Amino acid sequence: MYDPTVARLTYRALLGRRRAAILFVLPVLLVVIAVAVRTFAGSDDQVASDVLSGFAIATMVPLIGVIAGTGAIGPEIDDGSIVYLLSKPVKRPTIIFTKLIVAIAVTMVFSALPTLIAGLILNGNGQQIAVAYTIAALVASIAYSALFLLLGTVSRHAVVFGLVYALVWEALFGSLVPGARTLSVQQWSLAVAEKVGGSGAITSDVGLTTATVLLAAVTVVATWYAGQKLRTLKLAGEE
Amino acid sequence: MTTIEIDHTSRWFGNVVAVNDVSMTVGPGVTGLLGPNGAGKSTLINMMAGFLAPSTGTVTLDGRPIWRNEAVYRDIGIVPEREAMYDFLTGREFVVANAELQGLGGAEAQRALATVEMEYAQDRRISTYSKGMRQRVKMASALVHEPSVLLLDEPFNGMDPRQRMQLMELLRRMGAEGRTVLFSSHILEEVEQLASHIEVIVAGRHAASGDFRKIRRLMTDRPHRYLVRSSDDRALAAALIADPSTAGIEVDRGEQALLIQAVDFGRFTELLPKVAREHGIRLLTVSPSDESLESVFSYLVAA
Repeated sequence: MYDPTVARLTYRALLGRRRAAILFVLPVLLVVIAVAVRTFAGSDDQVASDVLSGFAIATMVPLIGVIAGTGAIGPEIDDGSIVYLLSKPVKRPTIIFTKLIVAIAVTMVFSALPTLIAGLILNGNGQQIAVAYTIAALVASIAYSALFLLLGTVSRHAVVFGLVYALVWEALFGSLVPGARTLSVQQWSLAVAEKVGGSGAITSDVGLTTATVLLAAVTVVATWYAGQKLRTLKLAGEE
Repeated sequence: MTTIEIDHTSRWFGNVVAVNDVSMTVGPGVTGLLGPNGAGKSTLINMMAGFLAPSTGTVTLDGRPIWRNEAVYRDIGIVPEREAMYDFLTGREFVVANAELQGLGGAEAQRALATVEMEYAQDRRISTYSKGMRQRVKMASALVHEPSVLLLDEPFNGMDPRQRMQLMELLRRMGAEGRTVLFSSHILEEVEQLASHIEVIVAGRHAASGDFRKIRRLMTDRPHRYLVRSSDDRALAAALIADPSTAGIEVDRGEQALLIQAVDFGRFTELLPKVAREHGIRLLTVSPSDESLESVFSYLVAA
């Protein structure tokens, strides 16, 4: 199910591109914000929670997910270099699964790790806030990677759609329309974090059971469907 | 013995028919897939390569379907037309990755790089390669598992004459070893120099098939039209029309030239200078007026 060569090519493609700069910029920004907030506002659980949910979970994790998820396959399909993977006796779902693992790993490293560091800076993990949001980021990394990898497989405009989903649906729509929150990776991951954090520190609109089921379902279905789409992929730029 | 069998295969994209009821068998040796741009060569190769499903009909490799069958890639090597190929890798890294994906390793990759004579630049990034070098590394990646079938889409595009010669030599060798080599081209001379067997595709249809002499005869036996200017057009016309290789001559007063229709290409090309010398006529212009490949193909389709 996992092909180390596909993984190596994917890592190098992901981290070697100019787009990868955002992977480094966003975590650095989060840590800078954390240092600034701690310096000026001191250690405050509510402030820490606001920064981590407002910037780390609502903005940074989905953005990194978009870059890693779509970037793990989109550019290869766009420029046609994926033929070198497709013309090999390697099962197409193996290619997708490997790329998913790489996207998840990259998203986790660049979003969950900085979330933990920022949380420790903000209030030294008071009320388990740093750990809780880190777990939310880890959980969200999996679902976002699967979702955006599928998007990268089926659409040539995956980054645009990914950004629209991440910023408009998750951030804006989700905060205005209560129903939209039920269908939001962010809320699902917060539901998991809610159980970890101290009482009342973190809230989610979705129950833990619902959230877990939806997270697992989205990840599995998106990955399976991406594998199917890759089996019948028409290479771009032909007729 | 590995044979690709295309059986009553069509492929359409929306309303556009790219390949129209084509049947052909591609066996060992070098086969040239000849046709003008847009004729459906790439679509056909993509179906043989398993990148496109036939809309109707079947494409099989020794009886096994190629579409949605990853196992066939153990026997097929593909050199795509497009340039993109993990430019951030070095040539060696790229070929090694291709070898690993075939379940092989560095030794096979090194041998393939030696076959295409790219060892001297193998540690440079592909992004620094010229077109010809890219083409050779693509070849190495396709050869790494010593496939019995090699499919190449317009492999000579953008190559300089020396690179072209090298690649032709390599493909000839592959064919002589008993591999099934199929390459597409829109240039007749390329195909003629290399392929012992030619398949001609025009407007999605299978227009002709056979060895190059047969195709060449079809192409040269068709009426040829020439535009000729000389020191004495009418005297030249009178002398030429006496010979059976000339079917008709028109004096084009606007162009100040003769429009000659020749039916026997070989004989006419010998006749024209001889007649001119005998009658002391100087030839000022001799140009084929319909030598474009399109006209050759349209003749073939009608034939």
